[in-house]
Amino acid sequence: MFGKLTLEAIPYHEPIIMITVAGMILGGLALLSAITYFKLWKPLWSNWLTSIDHKNIGIMYIILALVMLLRGFADALMMRSQQLSAAIGVNGGHGYLPPEHYDQVFSAHGVIMIFFMAMPFIVGLMNLVVPLQIGARDVAFPYLNNLSLWLTAAGAILINVSLAVGEFARTGWLAFPPLSEAAYSPGVGVDYYIWALQISGLGTLLAGVNMITTILKMRAPGLTMMRLPIFTWTTLCANMLIVAAFPILTATLAMLSLDRYLGMHFFTNDGGGNAMLYINLIWAWGHPEVYILILPCFGIFSEVVATFSSKKLFGYKSMVYATICITVLSFMVWLHHFFTMGSGANVNAFFGISTMIISIPTGVKIFNWLFTMYRGRVRFETPILWAMGFLVTFTIGGMTGVLTAVPGADFVLHNSLFLVAHFHNVIIGGVVFGVMAGLNYWFPKAFGFKLHEGLGKLSFWCWLIGYYLAFTPLYILGLMGATRRMNHFDNPQYLPYLIVAMVGALVIFAGIGSTILQIVYSVWQRKTLADLTGDPWDGRTLEWATSSPPAFYNFARTPVVHGRDAFWEEKQEGLPTAPEPAYAEIHMPRNTGTGVILSAAAAVLGFALIWHIWWLAILAFAGAIVVAIGHSFNENRDYYVQGDEVARTEGAYYQKLGTQEA
Amino acid sequence: MSAHAHANENHGSHGDVKSYMIGFFLSVVLTALPFGLVMSGSLPSGTAGPVCFAFAAVQIVVHLIYFLHMNPKSSRSWNGAAFVFTLVVLAILLVGTLWVMYHMNLNMMPGMMSSQ
Amino acid sequence: MTVQSPVIGDHLHHGAEHEHHHDVAGTTTLGFWIYLMSDCVLFAALFCAFAVLRGQTAGGPGAKDLFDLSYVAVETTFLLLSSFTYGMAMISAERQRRSATLAWLGITLLMGLGFMGMELHEFGELIEKGAGPDRSAFLSSFFTLVGTHGLHVTAGMIWMVTLITHILRRGLTEANITRLTCLSLFWHFLDIVWIGVFTTVYLLGAS
Repeated sequence: MFGKLTLEAIPYHEPIIMITVAGMILGGLALLSAITYFKLWKPLWSNWLTSIDHKNIGIMYIILALVMLLRGFADALMMRSQQLSAAIGVNGGHGYLPPEHYDQVFSAHGVIMIFFMAMPFIVGLMNLVVPLQIGARDVAFPYLNNLSLWLTAAGAILINVSLAVGEFARTGWLAFPPLSEAAYSPGVGVDYYIWALQISGLGTLLAGVNMITTILKMRAPGLTMMRLPIFTWTTLCANMLIVAAFPILTATLAMLSLDRYLGMHFFTNDGGGNAMLYINLIWAWGHPEVYILILPCFGIFSEVVATFSSKKLFGYKSMVYATICITVLSFMVWLHHFFTMGSGANVNAFFGISTMIISIPTGVKIFNWLFTMYRGRVRFETPILWAMGFLVTFTIGGMTGVLTAVPGADFVLHNSLFLVAHFHNVIIGGVVFGVMAGLNYWFPKAFGFKLHEGLGKLSFWCWLIGYYLAFTPLYILGLMGATRRMNHFDNPQYLPYLIVAMVGALVIFAGIGSTILQIVYSVWQRKTLADLTGDPWDGRTLEWATSSPPAFYNFARTPVVHGRDAFWEEKQEGLPTAPEPAYAEIHMPRNTGTGVILSAAAAVLGFALIWHIWWLAILAFAGAIVVAIGHSFNENRDYYVQGDEVARTEGAYYQKLGTQEA
Repeated sequence: MSAHAHANENHGSHGDVKSYMIGFFLSVVLTALPFGLVMSGSLPSGTAGPVCFAFAAVQIVVHLIYFLHMNPKSSRSWNGAAFVFTLVVLAILLVGTLWVMYHMNLNMMPGMMSSQ
Repeated sequence: MTVQSPVIGDHLHHGAEHEHHHDVAGTTTLGFWIYLMSDCVLFAALFCAFAVLRGQTAGGPGAKDLFDLSYVAVETTFLLLSSFTYGMAMISAERQRRSATLAWLGITLLMGLGFMGMELHEFGELIEKGAGPDRSAFLSSFFTLVGTHGLHVTAGMIWMVTLITHILRRGLTEANITRLTCLSLFWHFLDIVWIGVFTTVYLLGAS
């Protein structure tokens, strides 16, 4: 009746897990009670859960990312502290975490940080900003956008359930066979991994389709491709990578699940299977994935550097071409992740060279940012601090990447802590610093008030110092021969480095805490920090031409664009100080609950498949199909906002502007 | 209603009966030929691959032109650009995987050379 | 600071046009086309797996032992015919001829059912003689590649039934024609994938 699911699935004997789960349940109950007490269920459903507004969807993605950051970082603290505890002799040199637990921790850390922290954060920022930057009212497919969000959330829910019911994968974040096959991972851990990623992966793919179509088809008149803001360009290219790469992940995980569920032999040791095929395919996805993460962040930095240097971006055309080059080249380097698997010198040489080539367009971008700041009037506010931290940190990480791109060197460094330090170097220096810059930069646009500057700076310095303290020792340890994913080391020489690394992790923790404090404090002080004009940073691009937050329809009248940095041009000519005499009606989509329902069905389907509860799986799947087909019969999908309502909204905005200036 | 039908005709015109008949006829021929050649065994060994792939490639182009109505104008559209990008990715993935896996199997799986 | 004051009437008119549909049909079909491109990559990954694993029969039966080319030829005919009949349906729809559209869609559905029936029969036979997907890597990749194509065809048929219902309810509206266009892209794409399948799997397997 319940498949493999029994009460034994709950890890009663693991105190750490039980305490965490209890905390999560209590926190969840507190949240639910608060919502009930403040009678927020109806607005939560009507304004948020069913919202097809790209701004709300973007905000919800970012909330998901910040919540999962806490879980992923808890895993990081556990990894650091486990290795340190072992090195100082706890439990006879074995540390406080049993190996089978540690393995789940580092696997979950990677999966959560990449799929449920970085991806949602970036997708959230793209959602929030791009339609505004191109002068559109929403994305091309607003309902699909809502579905994508909730599918991602469904995947995140499954990961969190795995902590309380069952176990997680012990295979690392990519679940290589044969370890991830049924023979060596008979439990449910790898299945949680597979279904969480398949479900959220579908959401990501649909978001990719959505964003590309939006950018290609919904631009304001006059906004040609070579006038697009760079953030929109990088979003376009990243989404092209999503559409081209994610199907490979889907197919490969599907083949793994067929091995596990139906006894097939794609990657098994017996029956003719070939585990190396998995590794080849998964990295053919995996390498484009890291460019999906970094390209939008490059775009964020382009916006931030230009705005805070009070200067137009240097080398717009070369930025665009560099981005396109990176997009195509990112499909030609994937073997550098497994130089040591044995494809031989010729194959390794090809991919080593292609990997070195791909660093060139990135170098072009770095110089463009530097030249933008040169002779600019730089205002040292939080977003540009993140950008400057990125310029230094990411460059170092890129250099260690080029070092490991040499196959000979990689034979020494592969899967050592040097590698771990390298990819954290680029991911933290590039992706984390990028989303933090984006968070501080676009927060006022989303909510109508800025984030507190002092706490923002504190967070930056903690992250910057913390990163170097946490990962420089890992570079050294890697060169000394330390292997990754070890739950303890037997070499006493490692101890001082592990101590410094732990300190670094704690400093980063302070940085995360500062950000949380910054958000909470800013909400409390929102009247003082209010952004009344909609343009708190003297911005250059169209998103700043709206109020903060924008009206739900974004632009009362679709702007007409005449060049790059469209808003900057508008400001030079003089912004309107009064609303127009009359406004045309605006066509807007209606909210829908279908996305939430389908994603709930997907989560139930995933859970049922994980635990082999076949009747429930069939029910959930059939239900989802029926709801999806039923949704196509819904003809009540849109409505028209009357001109006088638009006039009232615009009138209020101009009035607020007037009182502020007076 | 008719105005909208006209609007549809402008982009992605749905072709006419003649184009579908030509496409169908060509496809039948381009299917029957390789099937016949293989089934009769008249292809010299080693040539079956290239010959069948050639027929497949031509038939795919026939489908693209006569069923999907791709034409030189459409190649300059966003659909065309997306298609070209996808072709590049497909080529890299297929050629890359085959090349990589051939060498991996050669070096690392001595008892298991995949016979292509 | 001067106020931007374009000719009001002009911009209102301009504005009104832009507030209206941003070429909804074109946007929808572009979006669907991009999704279809992603589906190409999905199939490519499965083709890769098949190409790599095609010789790994683990001592069991191989392509020469299992595949009947004349059977596959009949299957292919069903699918090819269905592409043709769907094309006829699209032409009828464009000419706003409801009954003709529905009739052609019905025939397409029958062709699709013929194809799927034959494929399921083939799969059943293979499994019965011990050549199921769990027998070897070759068979795993065969069943998965061909089966994924079959699942797509089945999904297309469910979609077709849904569309027939939509057309019965509301006729050949702009929305329904856009849906028909998307399904046509899907259906023809599946035929293209099948060309790849019968070439790589069956023709090359048998030779």
